[in-house]
Amino acid sequence: METAQHIYESEHEATSTGLPNAKLAMWVFLASDCLLFGALITTYVLYRGASLVGPYPKDVFDIPYTSVSSFVLLASSLTMVLALAAVQRGDLARMRVWLLATALLGMTFVGGQVYEFTTFYREGLKLSTNLFGTTFYVLTGFHGTHVAIGILMLLSLVAMSFTGKITQRESMTVELVGLYWHFVDIVWIVIFTVVYLIPTGK
Amino acid sequence: MRRITRLAPGVGALAVVAAACAPNNHQDSLNPQGPYAQKIDTLFTPVFWIAAAIFFIVEGMLVLFAIRYRHRKGRPQTPPQIHGNSRLEIGWTILPALILVGVAIPTVSTIYDLARTPTGNVLNVNVVGHQWWWEVDYPDQQIVTANELHIPVGEPVYVSLCAAGVGYGGVPAPNECQPGPPKGAPPSAVGDDVIHSFWVPELAGKQDVVPGRTNHLVLQADRPGTYTGQCAEFCGLSHAYMRFKVVAQTREDFDAWVRAQQADAVAPPAGSLAATGMNDFLNGQCIACHAIRGLQVNGQPLTANGGPNLTHLMSRSCFRGCTMPITRANLEAWLRDPQAVEAGSWMQLNPKLSQDQIDALVAFLMTLR
Amino acid sequence: MASVSVPGETVRGGLLRRPRSTAGFWSWVTTVDHKRIGILYGATAFFFFLVGGVEALFIRLQLAQPDGKILSPSTYNEFFTMHGLTMIFLVVMPLSAAFFNYLIPLMIGARDVAFPRLNAFSCWLFLFAGLFIYSSFALGGAPNGGWFGYAPLSTVEPGNNMLFYSTGLLMAGIASTVSAVNLAVTIINMRAPGMTMFRMPVFIWMALVVQFLLAFSLPIITVGLFESLFDRRFGTHFFDPAAGGDPVLWQHLFWLFGHPEVYILILPAMGIVSEILPVFARKPLFGYQFVVFSGIAIGFIGFGVWAHHMFATGLGPVANTAFGISTMIIAIPTGVKIFNWLGTIWRGDLRFTTPMLFALGFIAQFVVGGLSGVTHAVVPADYQQTDTYYIVAHFHYVLFAGAIFGLFGGMYYWWPKIFGRMLNERVGKVQFWIMAVGANLTFGPMHILGLEGMPRRIQTYTPALGLGVWNLVVTIGAFTIAVSVLIFIGNAVASFRRPKDAPADPWDARTLEWTVPSPPPPHNFDEIPVVHALDDFWHRKYAETEEGTLVPVPAGGSGDPRSDDAHGSGHGIHLPSPSYYPVIAALGFPLIGYGVIFHWWMAVAGAVVVLAGLYGWAFEPAAE
Ligand code: HEA
Ligand code: HEA
Ligand code: HEC
Ligand code: CUA
Ligand SMILES: [Cu+2]
Repeated sequence: METAQHIYESEHEATSTGLPNAKLAMWVFLASDCLLFGALITTYVLYRGASLVGPYPKDVFDIPYTSVSSFVLLASSLTMVLALAAVQRGDLARMRVWLLATALLGMTFVGGQVYEFTTFYREGLKLSTNLFGTTFYVLTGFHGTHVAIGILMLLSLVAMSFTGKITQRESMTVELVGLYWHFVDIVWIVIFTVVYLIPTGK
Repeated sequence: MRRITRLAPGVGALAVVAAACAPNNHQDSLNPQGPYAQKIDTLFTPVFWIAAAIFFIVEGMLVLFAIRYRHRKGRPQTPPQIHGNSRLEIGWTILPALILVGVAIPTVSTIYDLARTPTGNVLNVNVVGHQWWWEVDYPDQQIVTANELHIPVGEPVYVSLCAAGVGYGGVPAPNECQPGPPKGAPPSAVGDDVIHSFWVPELAGKQDVVPGRTNHLVLQADRPGTYTGQCAEFCGLSHAYMRFKVVAQTREDFDAWVRAQQADAVAPPAGSLAATGMNDFLNGQCIACHAIRGLQVNGQPLTANGGPNLTHLMSRSCFRGCTMPITRANLEAWLRDPQAVEAGSWMQLNPKLSQDQIDALVAFLMTLR
Repeated sequence: MASVSVPGETVRGGLLRRPRSTAGFWSWVTTVDHKRIGILYGATAFFFFLVGGVEALFIRLQLAQPDGKILSPSTYNEFFTMHGLTMIFLVVMPLSAAFFNYLIPLMIGARDVAFPRLNAFSCWLFLFAGLFIYSSFALGGAPNGGWFGYAPLSTVEPGNNMLFYSTGLLMAGIASTVSAVNLAVTIINMRAPGMTMFRMPVFIWMALVVQFLLAFSLPIITVGLFESLFDRRFGTHFFDPAAGGDPVLWQHLFWLFGHPEVYILILPAMGIVSEILPVFARKPLFGYQFVVFSGIAIGFIGFGVWAHHMFATGLGPVANTAFGISTMIIAIPTGVKIFNWLGTIWRGDLRFTTPMLFALGFIAQFVVGGLSGVTHAVVPADYQQTDTYYIVAHFHYVLFAGAIFGLFGGMYYWWPKIFGRMLNERVGKVQFWIMAVGANLTFGPMHILGLEGMPRRIQTYTPALGLGVWNLVVTIGAFTIAVSVLIFIGNAVASFRRPKDAPADPWDARTLEWTVPSPPPPHNFDEIPVVHALDDFWHRKYAETEEGTLVPVPAGGSGDPRSDDAHGSGHGIHLPSPSYYPVIAALGFPLIGYGVIFHWWMAVAGAVVVLAGLYGWAFEPAAE
């Protein structure tokens, strides 16, 4: 059916703006997600130093540790770029390698977060201990969930690449996941700065 | 027909004004009885008329055009194709803007006027919202009462609004809700409280009672009288039953009332039914929540813990969020089954009282003048 | 007629067989056609309108006289909360979505929305969210904390009632966010050749603004709802003053969403009115650009006024001043719209069809609600008005007498296009007048009640307040509205008894959806139209002389819809195939919701269903 007019979910369609639909959709979604994190971060900032009982941030934070895991997450942005470059060259094998590397780095980050949470928990900071626990876990937890979803998408990409759904011509799916991944990284930079680096009174 | 329905809102609007002249039904924001409510009314009235004027202009044009330009047989079906007119656009952008500037100026000045802390001869009152009744504390006079706010006429009353539970220590402190319960106080039997809103339309606008915050409101009455008010923020099951009264008195009457309230309760003569009731009260569950000044258990004065202070219960005219007159029958019904009288009431009696206990307790309560 | 490749006659793709039915129950469940999805949205919204309306009738029976005994306090609280939630989230939003879905592709000259399966997903998830919230009546109690669910009442009240509120709204929010992204992309990206942004119908513009309002305001309430859910379920302290939390934070989060939300509710109706007036005035919309820009301005300013719902919360004079003024400013662009509509009927050749009556009724009544809104913005006056029936009067004038009237106008206007049958005009006019009388009888006296001291959300009031008379009038008005709704139902049912006889262009209209047959074929357009002007279809039918008078273009001209058969056959147009996966993925969400409230294993099961749905979806070819 050569004459078929695909009008949906296809990147080859001529659109009014020239941008593929999926990419535009991702941008709108990320803009919306920005406000989600905006509201969460605002909550954190409003309650900064408002806890009535400890432990307080300075009692539990291990800045060098978190800096390392932040660096791991940032590094994953680089591997993501390499994965996209690979698929755009048509090098599916490389792409898989870089995607897996990205996922692995992401998992390291999430694993680090899980470890951090358990440490804090043992040190007496629970979700319900005080406002710091409440806002800290929920903000970083939301971010961690975003990373986890990103990892699922990366692994799905690898799986899809074996079914022929990812090709050099159909590389946009990889690009979209990349956009999402970079966004999640950038959000982490903000969270890391606000939560860990800017000192609180207590 | 069309015209009449279009005008219906207008007629309704006129009725609002007419209602202003209707007999006082005691909870009427269009019937200000003190300077603070008056300021609001003075602002609202011209704004209302401006709105009414705009209403009549817009509806007038709408009706006029609808009649004038309706399709008629024989008229050409092709009206002039007018696409717009920039000058008109500018006009109807600027004109409303100017009107709004005119509205905004007195609005802002009234906001600041009402927010000012009164000075001079000011009565400080802490009003505490509970689910579903009002506690009224006079920190300077050391009085605690409920559901009735007594004020002297002609003097500004500076009301500090606190929420029960965590927001309020239960010990009167002027102008500030104490953060957290006083040290050593038993955990509240009735939980933490929620948002309420204090509203006596004839004396002032509303102000919310927010747990964890201290809000303030100034009210003042010009004439002696009783002004009714009601909780205006939805606060759960019995929100509709969270009413109260403001009793404005002359300075002398007010002072007399203060002295009467400051007195301790007097124990009823031994051997009377009321004395049995007092024993039940002091040795039963009541003291878990209620205090009566002047009475002691094991040499300790009673502390209120979630329930109204009952020291001068009978000096009030209403109870249970000021929705019932204090009569023997009502008190009996209340003690028999509080939840049947007020849905969800925090006054949980466990075990239930026997008829004998009720008779004795009511006899005792009726001595609390 | 165009021949279309029938979906379903295709090979396996993904895990499940592609659904085959093209008619009947399963064809509706698996449909990805924006028109069918639009109808699904509309039908669900109308169903919930009846439910929310019946709740309102019970509220009115209870309040008809002092000391009402019809509803217990707890039932009353459930009813008014569910009434508000239903009308806002399950009626006006989805009814607007129905029009968006059905009309956006047709009006911009596209064959479908950008992501048809995502569209189906939004629709089902929305429906399931509604059913989920309503299931609470059978599962221990419906939400009872008011539609804005103020903390800490919503987090400390016993029972699961408000858990249904937060989880249910989270689901509805996901559905709306997804559909907002979808429709925004559709409008920005799928316009027919020549359909520049400033040739789009105003309805499409308002739709676009609404999608952005949704995309930017929903995440904020999402955060609020999660925080409230966690406070209840996991012992966090976001709104718990005992731990230093601030209940007012919830109010900020809620109204930062809540105020843009009210423009989400009104802009679609304003778009509809902007389409109806020019058609029946036989004149172009006065000041098209100004109407568009004022809509955009309303959207922007709408994000900066939220604290006008909190004037009595104690934010202080500075905040109250700022928000009072920003709120007043919103009256200016809204006024621009009103005056341009007046300009549109000025010197027109007005035909008072039913849609036109509803459009004019919208203007007449919306102004009342708008003006009372401005009196709330006068902050000290609002100290008296807030939380009284004066507010209830305000928002029913803009919501019922405004939005619902506009949407009814839209239903009468597009009914022939959607179902191929005209609604009875005479009955429609009778319905309009009864509804208008009812609306003003119901909501007019509420102004008086509020100013005379009737707080809202009270389950009863004492006779001493002297509010009985007006309350009785209000109740009578509510039943008058009910009569009008029954008349509408009768009209609709009767229309289905008649043969499909509506012409393609019954109103001599201006926009592209009227160029295709009624109802439109599955692929909408045999050939994608090329657009040369605003109101393109009108200009194909009429030319304008120098002086601005109309002359009809000779019959059989390029735009005559009756000559459709002469067009290309549309052979081989490839439509998206129906799919099971959207509805499967959506089904997982209520399970997760029950899991959050009852047993965690349900949540796990729900998550598995969602993931299964999404994976089937991702591996399914978009079309075959
Ligand atoms: C469709 C929904 C909708 C719309 C469009 C509006 C429009 C407006 N609303 Fe309303 N509002 C609600 C729905 C809506 N509102 C709801 C649901 C609530 C209650 C929520 C709750 O508590 O449950 C509420 C509550 C509400 C409050 C809080 C009241 C309180 O609780 O104390 C305020 C306060 O400022 C307000 C103001 C306004 C204003 C200024 C407008 C303006 O946009 C109106 C502008 C329009 C006009 C002014 C008319 C036309 C203009 C002219 C003819 C030009 C000339 C006019 C002038 C110069 C004045 N609204
Ligand atoms: C779009 C929004 C919308 C709409 C259309 C309506 C429509 C109506 N509303 Fe509602 N209302 C709200 C939004 C809306 N409302 C909101 C947000 C609140 C605040 C809630 C809160 O405080 O939390 C509220 C609150 C509210 C209250 C205040 C409750 C209180 O504070 O205690 C009242 C009281 O009279 C009321 C009345 C009505 C009436 C009579 C209608 C009528 O117009 C209804 C008309 C519809 C019908 C009458 C249905 C017809 C049905 C039939 C004819 C039956 C047919 C049956 C079968 C075929 C099975 N509403
Ligand atoms: C668990 C707490 C609790 C206990 C125990 C309790 N009360 Fe109460 N009581 C309350 C609360 C709370 C109210 C306010 C209820 C309302 O108005 O909504 C109240 C109100 C009252 C009132 C009305 C006061 C007013 O001014 O409104 C009386 C009288 C009263 N209680 C008497 C008693 C007696 C007598 C007993 C013992 C038999 C008792 N209470 C036991 C909590 C309690
Ligand atoms: Cu307290 Cu309503
Ligand atoms: Cu608002």
